Amino acid sequence: MLSPIDISALALRLAKLDEVKGRSLWADARLRFMRNKAAVAGVILLLLCAGFAAFGQLISPYSYDYIDFNIMGHAAEMGAPSWAKGYYFGIDDQGRDLFARVAMGTRISLWVGVIGTAISVLAGTLYGAVSGYVGGRTDSLMMRLVDVLLSIPFMFVLILLLVMFGKSLTVLFMGIGFLSWPAMARIVRGQTLTLKSREFIEAAQATGVPALRIILRHIVPNLLGIVVVYATLLVPDIILTESFISFLGLGVQEPQTSLGELISEGAKTMRYGTLWQLAFPMGFFMATMFGFYFVGDGLRDALDPKDR
Amino acid sequence: MTLIEAQDLSVTFTLRREGDMPWTPPRRLQAVKEVSFSLQPGETLGIVGESGSGKSTLARALIRMLPATGRVLWQGVDLLTLNPHQMLKHRAAIQMVFQDPLASLNPRMTVGQIIAEPLRTHFPHLPAAEVKARVQLSMDRVGLLPNQINRYPHEFSGGQCQRIGIARALIVEPKLLICDEPVSALDVSIQAQVINLLADLRRDLGLAMIFIAHDLSVVRHISDRVMVMYLGRVMEDAPKRILFKSPRHPYTEALLSAVPIPNPAAERAKKMIPLDGDLPSPMNPPSGCVFRTRCFRAAPKCAAEVPRLEAYDPKVACHFPNPVS
Amino acid sequence: MAMLEVSNLSVSFATPEGTVNAVNGISFSLEKGQTLGIVGESGSGKSQLAFAIMGLLARNGTARGSAKFNGVELVGAPLSVLNKVRANQIAMVFQDPMTSLNPYMRVSDQMAEVLTQHRGMGKDAAVAEAARMLDAVRIPEARARIRLFPHEFSGGMRQRVMIAMSLLCQPDLLIADEPTTALDVTVQAQIMALLRDLQRDFGMATLLITHDLGVIAGFCQDVIVMYGGKVMESAPVDPFFDSPCHPYSRGLLHSLPRVDQEDAALFSIPGSPPNMTRAPKGCPFQPRCSNALALCSDYLPPLTEFAPNRKRACNVPVEAL
Repeated sequence: MLSPIDISALALRLAKLDEVKGRSLWADARLRFMRNKAAVAGVILLLLCAGFAAFGQLISPYSYDYIDFNIMGHAAEMGAPSWAKGYYFGIDDQGRDLFARVAMGTRISLWVGVIGTAISVLAGTLYGAVSGYVGGRTDSLMMRLVDVLLSIPFMFVLILLLVMFGKSLTVLFMGIGFLSWPAMARIVRGQTLTLKSREFIEAAQATGVPALRIILRHIVPNLLGIVVVYATLLVPDIILTESFISFLGLGVQEPQTSLGELISEGAKTMRYGTLWQLAFPMGFFMATMFGFYFVGDGLRDALDPKDR
Repeated sequence: MTLIEAQDLSVTFTLRREGDMPWTPPRRLQAVKEVSFSLQPGETLGIVGESGSGKSTLARALIRMLPATGRVLWQGVDLLTLNPHQMLKHRAAIQMVFQDPLASLNPRMTVGQIIAEPLRTHFPHLPAAEVKARVQLSMDRVGLLPNQINRYPHEFSGGQCQRIGIARALIVEPKLLICDEPVSALDVSIQAQVINLLADLRRDLGLAMIFIAHDLSVVRHISDRVMVMYLGRVMEDAPKRILFKSPRHPYTEALLSAVPIPNPAAERAKKMIPLDGDLPSPMNPPSGCVFRTRCFRAAPKCAAEVPRLEAYDPKVACHFPNPVS
Repeated sequence: MAMLEVSNLSVSFATPEGTVNAVNGISFSLEKGQTLGIVGESGSGKSQLAFAIMGLLARNGTARGSAKFNGVELVGAPLSVLNKVRANQIAMVFQDPMTSLNPYMRVSDQMAEVLTQHRGMGKDAAVAEAARMLDAVRIPEARARIRLFPHEFSGGMRQRVMIAMSLLCQPDLLIADEPTTALDVTVQAQIMALLRDLQRDFGMATLLITHDLGVIAGFCQDVIVMYGGKVMESAPVDPFFDSPCHPYSRGLLHSLPRVDQEDAALFSIPGSPPNMTRAPKGCPFQPRCSNALALCSDYLPPLTEFAPNRKRACNVPVEAL
């Protein structure tokens, strides 16, 4: 049992002292990140893309599925980008407003990237942390399962799923998320193993902190750095996968669209003098990729444990 | 009444090499073998030995952070037979201080959260205000300003970090403090501060201590009795005054003679007993007395027969010990 | 002329948090065959001093002042000059031998390479010479063990290999930076005994950098005490350990527990070593000094000789300590 405490003496001394605010490692990392110009540029680029994706359709006078039958079929002659007509990015091959469609496509692509990454981060982090922390046979078993999952040809399964369940956004989200978490789990497990041998984990064990609390309070917060870095690099990876799937015509359902599908359509009509149909989606695609890579690099430098 | 007593405590690690097939039998490494000692309330036991002597393993086995065989009697209760729930009740009474001051603190937690953790684990229903008051008291007691409660470990120096570690250990009012090389990572001028702090706390709180160190000068300063370990076995266990003045085991003699003394005249005058060769592999320890391969007094008997640790002070495990002076 | 003449040497590092002045205007000299110990705590700049002499500073570090070895200026010298000196005249041993041994190369190849490169010896002769040197550092079965990889040696043996390698070209000066800090006491005693014998046999000068006053007492002729990038006191070891004449060295000696005697209370210096990004203007030890005077926070006197061969930098007169 604890002995009763008398804090009056301490209270007197404390009265003269203000509590000092601490500067967490996250705050340090934030400072380092803000000093990195490329990373900040990446953030701005991503914010612009996200803003365009969110509000682009409000600005455009046309809806993404409105078909202008006057221009349809004459994209090359009449469909070029024009402020006067309100077709800022021109029209696509079906006579629809490309501005609204690129906004739509960017939104879907970002969603797929973010949700797929979120699923993979959540599942991968918990799975990897538990596997690494518990260790022994459980760890071997859990990791062999990951090996099995990793040896399944990811792209084929995804394509099969889409063919079996039909083209649907949900299947795409889930499929990509579930198929990319094993790699995350592996990284997290490796990191957990190094963390596990650190003395502060031992200190928690020695005083009897339960395993689940150790994982949630001691392991996971110290993993977040590497998880965040990996996640920012995973988002463009997933967007790329989605684009590839869409390029094959297995992505989202018409009239919805994604950047990959727009690029695919633009590429088909490239020879007919409607280069804008490829250039705009491609431009946004590349801007998003660049944004994520810059941010990822910036985060890696900011969170680098060597600096501590 | 004896506070803690170890009887024939052994720790065996099973090692699997990378790439071993699941059916190959693992190799066994006896890190601690049949160690017995006892500690009275308020007493300090120093454990010395070089790397590979098993002293840190022994400490972890005592509080069941490693599986062990034998008995660990805590106020008469054998800790090794308790289930995890029963064991948790005793964990508050035995706290530990670690070697690397910064590494033993979670870098993502504030000092207040770190120090409060044992309290939250063992007294989960304590109101937040009281937890904070106790944390501040504990900080004050180890010489940290209580207004630093919201800062993070990396904002403190090594010595201050070690004080945080000590405050964390003391907050649940333990009876026994196990210090595993608490000062070896600190600067010389800071070492003395932490040693003095530990000595003061021991006096004020009536703490018993197990003080593990490779630095014999530090151990001599703080301990009441000293146990010398080599390759997982106890070589000698004696009250400090006797052990340092007239060591009985040849290993203790050699160890003492190797410690550099900050005095040139004393350094020139002292007689070094050099130890030949390397520490034998713990996988494959020598037969009989494990120290015989490097002992200047080794005889055929030493290879044939394991020397037993004597029952009465000054205890020694050697066939040809120095006489008691 | 002294063999190594360091005068007014400073080292600073450019970091995102500002300039760190690790070493501030240090001067000393080392004669042929002399053993000099430099003692200091972390942040005292003792290791950076050695790196500056060897031209091994990290990329963000700059050295100013002068370090002359046999008359050749080393500070700011071109790599070609440094390489020549480093290969044949000054050798360095580090705390962790693994940092300077290539883990993927056999010891025989690494040692032979030094000789074939710098001495132009043939491969076989070089290996034979290397084995002879391993023998000299008392590695048992040197001829067989030379074929091993560095990780196959124990910590103490690895440090012996490192020492053997540094002695291959028979340097005039050996700089040993915490050579025994990572080792057990009995191994430390072996290595220090070995260094003492080698020093006697080869007649080289040794600069021993350590935090351990005990090691200095047993090995060196002279000692320099550094704190906060400055020299606090320098003296021959005997008078120094008898009567240290600087508040810092005095405090340091008294805060050491002794293995050879019973000590009731342990003196301790309050506070922590200074943060070198904000180095204090006057005496770096002033915030922790119990003898500090008012002027100490603004002014640190230069290192001055107050007794034969003994120098100190302190405002407080010796008699007042």
